[in-house]
Amino acid sequence: MEEDPVLDILTQKFPDAVAERKTWKDERTAVVLREKLVEVCLFLRDDPRLSFNTIIDICGVDYLGEEPRYEVVYHLLSIPSARRIRLKVRVAGDDPRVPSVTSVWAGAEWPEREIYDMFGVAFEGHPDLRRILMPDDWQGHPLRKDYPLGGIEPWSERY
Amino acid sequence: MAVAQTLTINMGPQHPSTHGVLRVVLELEGETVLRAVPYIGYLHTGIEKEAEYKTYNKALTMTDRLDYLACNNNNMAFVLPVEKLLELEIPKRAQQIRVMMCELSRLASHLAWLGTHALDMGAITPFFYCFREREMILDMFDMTAGARMTPSYIRVGGVAGDLPDGLMEKLKKFLKIFPGKLDEYEALLTKNKIWMMRTKGVGRISAEDGMNLGLTGPSLRACGVRWDIRKAQPYSGYDEYEFEIPVGANGDVYDRYLVRIQEMRQSARILEQRADGLAPGPVKAKAVKVTPPPRELLHGSMEALINHFIIFSRGYQVPAGEAYVPTESPKGELGFYFVSDGTEKPYRMHIRAPSLMNLQALKKMVQGRLVADVVAIIGSLDIVLGEIDR
Repeated sequence: MEEDPVLDILTQKFPDAVAERKTWKDERTAVVLREKLVEVCLFLRDDPRLSFNTIIDICGVDYLGEEPRYEVVYHLLSIPSARRIRLKVRVAGDDPRVPSVTSVWAGAEWPEREIYDMFGVAFEGHPDLRRILMPDDWQGHPLRKDYPLGGIEPWSERY
Repeated sequence: MAVAQTLTINMGPQHPSTHGVLRVVLELEGETVLRAVPYIGYLHTGIEKEAEYKTYNKALTMTDRLDYLACNNNNMAFVLPVEKLLELEIPKRAQQIRVMMCELSRLASHLAWLGTHALDMGAITPFFYCFREREMILDMFDMTAGARMTPSYIRVGGVAGDLPDGLMEKLKKFLKIFPGKLDEYEALLTKNKIWMMRTKGVGRISAEDGMNLGLTGPSLRACGVRWDIRKAQPYSGYDEYEFEIPVGANGDVYDRYLVRIQEMRQSARILEQRADGLAPGPVKAKAVKVTPPPRELLHGSMEALINHFIIFSRGYQVPAGEAYVPTESPKGELGFYFVSDGTEKPYRMHIRAPSLMNLQALKKMVQGRLVADVVAIIGSLDIVLGEIDR
């Protein structure tokens, strides 16, 4: 295993929660268990050696045909130390639920809504989980791999 | 009998000061905003989904339409992770052209922001001034790749072609007059009493809250956080340029204005450093499978013809993996997260849009302010709905 100042601290603190770790060029990735996500995030934010105080982004990836099907990817930034980390949570296709990190970073609110909208992954504990980009009465989740590019509802039927 | 004193009104989606199609539902008590709920998605075009069905070359042209005020910065953010996956070495000249184009885009974007922001608050003159100078920049984009707003000049592996004749002269002419023009804008606004009353202390946010909300770019620097990716995690040779990171102190509308004005001066300074000439050499990486051959070769070389055909029909395969490269766009941190499965099309392309994250701060900024301040605050966040809705 390659040494890495951030991942080493993280795996030391949570030997059971970090399922996998990887470094490639200047990017570091840790796969975290869903149950421990909020705990890990709080540690990343509050530990003075890490202080990942900024949420950069959250996005989803759909690996259709694989199990676990979804991946929720968190990009975090520590402005004091100019370091970045990517966290991943793997979610089963028949149970797409992830704990919300809005209590850790307020900025997670809209990206989590977007993943809910686009992939149908629900965030538990989110203060306002609604669709964000698509209309409220939209059928299906557009960024899923089994959602066709042209939509599932014929255009003529809708309008 | 006590009557409920609150009034809920709809601002937008067709409101001129929402800079596109943003809808904000305001709950008012008299003229004071109790709650503001932004609704977005009116401009959603599904660029992320579309990209999964297109080769990298074709997906690139969609990125100009994200933040249509700063086309080159979007192209730049797109190509960097793809080049990282392809492990391409970008020639020095191409890197310098890219930086030049990105800084020109930053100026164009900030000029459009300054003009419209001042216009929102009733100052009409700066709008005409700013768009006059912006037009000079758009003319230069037109020269590079034939489009004013959507040139797609920065390509994977380099740029589309070398700089056209006459562009450097045009740039020099622009740089000569621009600092004076900036003084002109500042003379209209910076010490203007009405401007200061409308902006000072309005829409304040602390550095902690800003970082917690994912605020980046000039809006975060106005809170006093000295964070600029061009300095902190330089890309495309930004570490070779001398420039400063302007920061504010109060995190209000006025400071965001000051920071952007100073950023324009710094961008002009970066451009000055290359105005006397770029490094000689090619503008495309040595990778026949990725960068198209020069046009002249197509008439004489069979290999060049085949490569050209394959690049533009089937595309090129990008090694499997994932990559994210942060860049400093005029609005904040812009980055593309790519997941590649080794084919010619991205398996997943996610856009980290700075405007989206910055707009989240609106709720906090407008609370307890007047309706008129909402206009000032939206303007100061410098959002572009094309990027928010994607």
